[in-house]
Amino acid sequence: MEKVIELKDVWIRYGTQTILEAINFELKESSGLLGIIGPNGGGKTTFLKVLLGLLKPYRGSVKLFGKPPEKSRELVGYVPQYRGFDFDFPISVWEVVLTGRMSHTGFLKKYREEDKKAAEEALKTVEMFQYRDRQIGQLSGGQRQRVFIARALATNPKLLLLDEPNSGLDPHMQDELYRLLNRLKQEMAVIMVTHDLSAVSVYVDKIACLNRTLHYHNSREISVEDLEATYQCPVELIAHGIPHRVLSNHEEDP
Amino acid sequence: MFDFLQYNFIQNALAAAVLASIACGIIGVYVVVKKIVFISGGIAHASFGGVGLGYYLGINPMFGVLPFSLLSALVMGTVSKKSKIPEDSAIGILWSLGMALGIIFVYLTPGYAPDLMTYLFGNILTVPRFDLYFMLALDIVIVGAVYLLYKEFLALCFDEEFTTVQGFPTEKLYLFMLCIIALTIVVLIKVVGIILVIALLTIPASLSRKFTHNLKHMMLISIAFGTVISVTGIGLSYALDVPSGATIILVLSLVYGLTAFGMGMLENRRSSGV
Repeated sequence: MEKVIELKDVWIRYGTQTILEAINFELKESSGLLGIIGPNGGGKTTFLKVLLGLLKPYRGSVKLFGKPPEKSRELVGYVPQYRGFDFDFPISVWEVVLTGRMSHTGFLKKYREEDKKAAEEALKTVEMFQYRDRQIGQLSGGQRQRVFIARALATNPKLLLLDEPNSGLDPHMQDELYRLLNRLKQEMAVIMVTHDLSAVSVYVDKIACLNRTLHYHNSREISVEDLEATYQCPVELIAHGIPHRVLSNHEEDP
Repeated sequence: MFDFLQYNFIQNALAAAVLASIACGIIGVYVVVKKIVFISGGIAHASFGGVGLGYYLGINPMFGVLPFSLLSALVMGTVSKKSKIPEDSAIGILWSLGMALGIIFVYLTPGYAPDLMTYLFGNILTVPRFDLYFMLALDIVIVGAVYLLYKEFLALCFDEEFTTVQGFPTEKLYLFMLCIIALTIVVLIKVVGIILVIALLTIPASLSRKFTHNLKHMMLISIAFGTVISVTGIGLSYALDVPSGATIILVLSLVYGLTAFGMGMLENRRSSGV
């Protein structure tokens, strides 16, 4: 089996600042949900951009499915952080999702029947097909997030990357999102970047901590040392959302 | 009352209005939704250097404007994305550089620059037949490019990063889009002039946006608005004997203002539940 992701000694710098330092990372399983947590500015989005080939490391190598990221576009789905988007943009749900087919359709070509079929299927997976003619500004935050997931799914990815998919969603919508990811991870490798520790502890299969350096032990356990190294503060301050911690609180109760 | 239609120059003016409305109706939509009004204004003003160059070389200034505006589009697009200075500063510098070059060229040209003012402020009533063919050819290029690249341009305007992730050369596409904007500016110069070009690129598209959420429909509606309003402007400027370019833009602004006001009133009434 080919490794899904293989990063060797990857360094990223902006000017004189080192954003990612000596990242070594391997993902072998072609299914399951990996959560990457870390503080804001810790390089989480940068990490995803390296995987997408949007940022070139000045040192080290990046391989997805044994190939450089530019060569594996048709295998990767991407759900960006959607703040800063212009939701007044005159585009319908259907048109948005079709753009997820472009790597298959190719340059200067019109969308084919199979592209439309894939887009339809993706919209049905996220239960948004009936909204296909809506302009994207006329959707709720949770619906819009599902449309962006459908756009990524239209690519038919084997690796799905999500950048803070839960930000701006209310608890109910977050719950729906995680149930959807739970289904999707059966068929593809899913990586979700987040700073929501409580969500991570319930839904993810594996967890990594990222703050310039990456702590990853191929498991869903995070050690206190890793957390402290990542957040550079005592775990008490950050771990309040983790169920284990909640449990132990209850035990202390008289 | 339509006897003025038999004049040749009026027929030319109407044809120019239609050709200009097609170009600005389609491309203005991209300028508005991608929010690149400022860089488009920069390309338009910088292309005055091409007018000056045309005079200096003793050729039809339109042949100076065409390469010059394409060049300014490429330079502005590249510098504003790649250099360390903020994009709007880069545009501001190149904007004035192009105009300054134009002024120097005109100054160096011996004798008097006959219709310099028509390039600055436009005069649709004096568009020669040759310029009409020139505009027609550019319109064909513009419509053809948008037909071929519709999917790419839509994706580029909506989400540049995602388009890159899909494996498309977004930087080159963006530069190409700026070049198409430059061609549109060349089409529009004779109608409203370099100074007022940006109005034709923004007002019809912004108007059409109030009526639809579909990019193609926006294009068609803004072509219709552009045509009707510029023909009205030509009629008014002929009847009142005032400059045509400025009249067209006054009518455009008036229609935009009234539409925005009217729709605001309607919305208020609807939301107050009457």
